Amino acid sequence: MKHHLLAGVGVVAAAGLILAGCSADGGDSGPVTITYTNFISNGGNEDNLQTIVDAFEAENPDITVEVTTLPYGDYGTALQTDLAAGTVSDVFDIEYANYRQFQADGVLAPITVADPGAYRPSLLEAYQTDGTQYALPSSFSDVVLYYNKDLFDAAGLDYPSSDWTWADEKKAAEALTDQAAGVWGDHQPVSFYEYYKALAQNGGQFLTDDGTAVAFNTPEGVEAAQWLVGKSGTVMPTIEQGQGTADFDTNLFKDGKLAMLHSGIWVFGAFADVPFGWDIAVEPGNTTQASAVFSNAVGVSATSEHQEAAAKWAEFLTSSETMVNVRLDSGWELPPISDEAKLSTYLDKGAPDNRQAVFDSLDAIALPPVVAKGQTEMQDIMSEELVEAQAGRKTVQEALDSAEQRINAAIG
Amino acid sequence: MTAAPARIGAATAAAARPPSRRGSTRLPGRRGGRYALTVLAFLLPSAVPLALFVLGPMLGAAWISLTEWNLLAPPRFVGIGNYLDLLGDPETGAVFLHTLLYIVGYLPLVLVGGLALALALNTRLRGRAFWRGIYFLPVVTSWIVVALVWRWLLQPSSGVVNTALGWLGIDGPGWWTDPFWAMPSIILASAWKDLGFVMVILLAGLQAIDPAMIEAARIDGAGWWRRLVSVVLPLLSPSIFFVVVISLINGFQVFDQVYAMTGGGPGGASQVVVQQIYDLTFRYGQAGEASALSWMLFAVVLAVTVVQIIGQRRWVTYA
Amino acid sequence: MRERAVGRSVVLHVVVALGAVAMFFPFLWTVITSITPGAGLTQTPALIPENPSLDAYIRLITERPFVRQAANSVGLAIVTTLVQLVTSATAGYAFSRLPFRGRGVVFGVYLATMMIPLQVLIVPLFAELKAFGLINSYLGALLPTFASAFGIFLLRQAIEQVPRELDEAATIDGAGHFRIFWSVVLPNIRPALATLTVFAFMSSWNSFLWPLVVLRKPELQTLPVALAGLQGQYTTAWDVVMAGSVLSIIPMLAVYLAAQKYVVQGVANSGLK
Repeated sequence: MKHHLLAGVGVVAAAGLILAGCSADGGDSGPVTITYTNFISNGGNEDNLQTIVDAFEAENPDITVEVTTLPYGDYGTALQTDLAAGTVSDVFDIEYANYRQFQADGVLAPITVADPGAYRPSLLEAYQTDGTQYALPSSFSDVVLYYNKDLFDAAGLDYPSSDWTWADEKKAAEALTDQAAGVWGDHQPVSFYEYYKALAQNGGQFLTDDGTAVAFNTPEGVEAAQWLVGKSGTVMPTIEQGQGTADFDTNLFKDGKLAMLHSGIWVFGAFADVPFGWDIAVEPGNTTQASAVFSNAVGVSATSEHQEAAAKWAEFLTSSETMVNVRLDSGWELPPISDEAKLSTYLDKGAPDNRQAVFDSLDAIALPPVVAKGQTEMQDIMSEELVEAQAGRKTVQEALDSAEQRINAAIG
Repeated sequence: MTAAPARIGAATAAAARPPSRRGSTRLPGRRGGRYALTVLAFLLPSAVPLALFVLGPMLGAAWISLTEWNLLAPPRFVGIGNYLDLLGDPETGAVFLHTLLYIVGYLPLVLVGGLALALALNTRLRGRAFWRGIYFLPVVTSWIVVALVWRWLLQPSSGVVNTALGWLGIDGPGWWTDPFWAMPSIILASAWKDLGFVMVILLAGLQAIDPAMIEAARIDGAGWWRRLVSVVLPLLSPSIFFVVVISLINGFQVFDQVYAMTGGGPGGASQVVVQQIYDLTFRYGQAGEASALSWMLFAVVLAVTVVQIIGQRRWVTYA
Repeated sequence: MRERAVGRSVVLHVVVALGAVAMFFPFLWTVITSITPGAGLTQTPALIPENPSLDAYIRLITERPFVRQAANSVGLAIVTTLVQLVTSATAGYAFSRLPFRGRGVVFGVYLATMMIPLQVLIVPLFAELKAFGLINSYLGALLPTFASAFGIFLLRQAIEQVPRELDEAATIDGAGHFRIFWSVVLPNIRPALATLTVFAFMSSWNSFLWPLVVLRKPELQTLPVALAGLQGQYTTAWDVVMAGSVLSIIPMLAVYLAAQKYVVQGVANSGLK
């Protein structure tokens, strides 16, 4: 009797599961539901994204947008897996650095843009291949030097300015570091993203001109790596102290225990309520200035069954009035628009005062190196090897030698 | 550790004892077509899934390992290129080394700890079942939960372990945030989870030992240590052998706790073989190379197991 | 002599008890953290939380599809267990009671599949289920778990222990193999069935790698996969992550406490046989 009962429960459970599994797919003509997977709203901008979704749905009553938000750290693997599984969302975020590979893999559908004039031409063109638009820029942002005014005042130091060099930064960082009090002078992630930029600031380049091999294993490259790695334990917490874990640097800055921070403008919002004065400056260079510029984009899946609706959402998300206002008001990166007048209102939206630095940084930029194959692997290897050097498990030279060998194998 | 260890236990036992044909002549079966159908009816429910989801994919993996495939475009045949790439890549050696480090750290901890516990619980201890229940509790907890809980316990700044060390005036390490301490952190969490498992197996082994043999040694004047080394351990060797074999097999496949605790980091310091297979497949889109690495892992596990089973004759005594 | 023995016994009790406290502490700490709002953001929680609250649980249930994910885990574990009981019992019966040419070889192949770790198969399995269109479906998560060589071996061993005289008596009564299987063999291997039930449930409940790759949508995911995702989402909100851990421990704990005998016995036997 018991067995029968159990078996019955099992059959019902199984049937229920399978039915639920099936109904989860679906999709038909008439009202359309499209899916959108993103990382750009994760960590504080979820409500801002929802505002844009609501506006879009109000304008397009027969389209519903289903949003999935993933942390940046999980996003790359999740997207790659979904692409492989054929379960990718109709619209999904991509980074500039990955565009070329995704386009080559054929996972992006061509997009017809209704109003190309709304976009900054350089950003729009970055996502074209052979004259066809395969993705739409959703934002652009750069990395600046944040500083805690109170700590600078207490030490009687001048605030960072746009003519600073690494030497100025180093001198200030050393003066501001008070390990006994748990106060650190500087923080810059030891990673691929900081490295290619530091390399550019030191007059080097990451890849050879034809992009088939690395070119960083030079005296400039070693100096740039040393610049990052050498901060650890002197003016920046060590990896043993948690440096490099998620949100470590922003929390340290928020606690008022960090004088300078290299980070993207997307963390403005996180510092809105800190009880001390803070501002930003263009990042110091060494032989030349170079700021990291990031551009995110959205693509429409080549396998999407609702490409038209998906493209509509993609364009709304990246060029609508609502998006522009939401982004400018909340300081959530910059809208990729051509309307300079609109963009300039960004300057008067409150802290930090020196928002001009966000635009000044664009005068000399360093774009991420892009390869046709092995992009993610290249980035991971570079970060790994730098951390090895930071942790003292390799010398800087050994780490670069190893990175050179491994990356060349991965992208060759 | 759930069914996997027991699976292997069954496998090693089976290797030692082929299926008996006892009673086959007395069975009520009829020969002929109808009988064949009966056999099929009993065998197919298991044979179909095993063929479709184990044997088939096994061959599939062999084929995929000879191709370059990003799971998007059609695979391209590259012969043994993936294997050559892997052998030439220092990362391959590193991931096997990290996996080995895990095993070398984990095995003595659970073996010595589990043995000590089993010996303690094999005495006239009050509330034995209760203690055993407590020590066994982590065994039924999933690896992911274990990893998350220990990540929190070992959190460098506000974790309870470093806080407690602080009371003793010790400045605790960065644990999973530190390349040097990442693997020890994983080992610690894993040992906590599996200690009870090893304890129960060794306890069962101890209880199967004839007390008369220990008594005889006592009468001969052997002290506690002498009895342990000369009588108990040799008699316990089959159980110890089992623990060693399954720990090695599972150790080479360590993944869940690494994924959830460090993700192989920081800086790849705790990257193990299976994490590398996962990353190659689902992060870097190199399914061919991942399959080749899978086969290399399989070969290593097989070799280690075979060596174990051959080598057991030297030290394992079956009473 | 006697005093020394008593002294030793006391020391032993104390050591075992202290060890048990150390083993149990992580569980306790998990619960404490889960009811300490903001744990980990600023400081170490106190042993007795000052303002205990269930906020973390509420956040988990309202902000994430956690209830659905728990239901997924329960459903998948039940189905896996039931199917494995069927496939293991039938195969065990065949290998014990139905001789046929090449049975030894077939049994050897079955056992060999035990040696093949899922990790080796992950790429081809993924490709196969994608071809079947079963990625992102419960069936895709279930299919590879339907037959377990361990379960087959376990039940075959148990069936071998069932006296053949019982079969013969039933045969004389005119019973065929299906009747013998159902009415004679199954009732006699209940402890083994119970052991397999617990193990199959446990391994399904705790399985991670396959559900991680095959169940892509949050509302289809199982608890371990959802938990692993939580820590990226709630990096510093340890109370939420620990609340998720507590909730996912509880069902397994209930199964364990209810069937402790079979779990421990099952593990113990695996080393003895």
